[in-house]
Amino acid sequence: MEIVSSTQEKLSTVKTKGVFFEVLVKFALGFWALFIGLLFPLLIALILFYESRLAIEKFGFIHFLTNANWDPVNEDFGALTMIVGTIISTFLAVSIATPISIGIAIFITELAPKWLKPIVSGAIELLAAIPSIIYGMWGFFVITPIMANKVEPWLQATFGNLPLVGALFSGVPTGVDVLTTSLVLSIMIIPFMASVVRDSFNMVPSIMKESAYGLGATQWEVIRQVVIPYTASGIAGGLILSTGRALGETMAVTFLAGNNPQIPKSLFDSFTTITVALANQFTEADTDIYLSSLYYLSMLLFLVSFVMLSIAKFMVLRLEKRWKV
Amino acid sequence: MKKALLALTALTGTTLALEITGAGATFPYPLYSKWAFHFEKETGNKVNYQAIGSGGGIRQITNRTVDFGASDAPLKPEELRKNNLIQFPTVIGAVVITYNVPEIGKTSLNLDGKAICDIYLGKIKKWNDPYLKQLNPNVNLPDRNIVVVHRSDGSGTTWIFTNWLTKVCPEWKEKVGFGTSVKWPTGVGGKGNEGVTNYVKRSQGGIGYVEYIYAKQNNLPMAKIKNREGVFVEPSLKTIQSAASYAKWDKSKDFYQILTDQPGKESYPIAGATFILLAKDQPERSKKATTFFKWAYEKGDKYAEELNYVPMPANVKKLIFEYWKEHGVAP
Repeated sequence: MEIVSSTQEKLSTVKTKGVFFEVLVKFALGFWALFIGLLFPLLIALILFYESRLAIEKFGFIHFLTNANWDPVNEDFGALTMIVGTIISTFLAVSIATPISIGIAIFITELAPKWLKPIVSGAIELLAAIPSIIYGMWGFFVITPIMANKVEPWLQATFGNLPLVGALFSGVPTGVDVLTTSLVLSIMIIPFMASVVRDSFNMVPSIMKESAYGLGATQWEVIRQVVIPYTASGIAGGLILSTGRALGETMAVTFLAGNNPQIPKSLFDSFTTITVALANQFTEADTDIYLSSLYYLSMLLFLVSFVMLSIAKFMVLRLEKRWKV
Repeated sequence: MKKALLALTALTGTTLALEITGAGATFPYPLYSKWAFHFEKETGNKVNYQAIGSGGGIRQITNRTVDFGASDAPLKPEELRKNNLIQFPTVIGAVVITYNVPEIGKTSLNLDGKAICDIYLGKIKKWNDPYLKQLNPNVNLPDRNIVVVHRSDGSGTTWIFTNWLTKVCPEWKEKVGFGTSVKWPTGVGGKGNEGVTNYVKRSQGGIGYVEYIYAKQNNLPMAKIKNREGVFVEPSLKTIQSAASYAKWDKSKDFYQILTDQPGKESYPIAGATFILLAKDQPERSKKATTFFKWAYEKGDKYAEELNYVPMPANVKKLIFEYWKEHGVAP
């Protein structure tokens, strides 16, 4: 105590400086947090709203949302096809990626021999570092022909005649369609999801696992009843992160979706998403209402992302409640 | 402040080399950058051209953020007047129909407006359709499904192609119309020339439309198209320039001229010029741009031809020089 007071006396001038500095840093950090977290998104929303006012005036909200027509020549624009496309491809991609990512995480943390762990982890993280345009080119030049010539005809021959499910595999298999897009998208989001899930698996205290083993639980029981419930929120976090990524992914989907503004009736139909429509048409949008409609679309994407992430967050909370007794 | 700024720009204008900025169409980008390279080598003046798309080019020059804008489709004279702009064409390109029918290989097919229109409307579905057979009596067309491929992104190529279809096919005009992107009745979309080409190459029975330059560089099969005189012409430097020289270029209409379906026995019907937009109320900046384009018209033809672009005919160039003088932007 004495030492403290003496140094305080000695460094009184420094102290006031220090306090000033502290306040400054606090203020600056607070401002940036507020700006990035709150003002910035709000500003973007406002700008999008301002730019799309022409289209809002002309088409209204409900009509724009439910109109499946996108006809630049006659200047009749509706967002239904793009919103449906975005939701379908995101949903499929996340559904494909989730079990695979959890499997990868379980393998890395629980099953793999020690020497293999860093190799597999590194490889997965490397996947995340590949720019999305590369996925797009790879998907278009490598995956699409395989899908069109091998996988999709086989799927069609196997499932095409079944009742109900058959309709999903109808149409000409072209490779540029919902299935290929979702598949490539899922590969793109797996690294994000897998690393988040792996990190949360690693955080399970070993004492919990060991006591479970001590009680005679098998490895499968430990994973199912200790590790997964304990990390439910981590898994859900990975889910949210990758949902956000899949929603906003543009370049890869631009190559693979075909950009046909139609509601896909089968997995082999080409379709379009909001981001693809924006990327493909923004540069050549030559009339004001056309450009404004594209801005309107991006505002909707903003809203759709917001709503989907909120739903995901809500699901996490419920999941946590149920699993974390 | 303004005076000082003006003095500064005047000073830099006289003492330093010019720096010319432009933005717009992607189609002429390879040529403009080649021109810019040689222009800088010869005169020391720099041209900075950003290929951000025609829509962006029009917007940038309307907002006066660049010295010149570039657009693949001409603006109508009344639109130009509204924004106080002038426009002139630089080079000509064309859209060709390419296909992949393994049975006939690189044989050049004869096609006309009705055939292509019906294919793109989804009415002609097979390569051995009687109408196609009648156009190609000497070719053994197979019983194969036609896979229609179009551009998935907005583009000047689509604009030219659909504009031609609108002129030669009443049903297309009524059902679809023309634009940088349209509501396609059928087919799959590929991104860019390379997307369409890749698609056509991969699907047996595929048909698609791409820029002449791209088809030429990649040695794709190209169809002969029936022009309005009833002659089937193959796309080439000569036939495309023929379309441009038969066109009635009118400087009082700001060269508003669409080169599709032009008269002339040798004229290839699916051609289109690409345009430059200048602002009338910034003559100093516009003069910088015309310095560059004057050089390009006088010395740039060989570079254009190297890249398979078709230069403007000499009489049109003369008209453009007069047009500049009239609007006080001659270099």
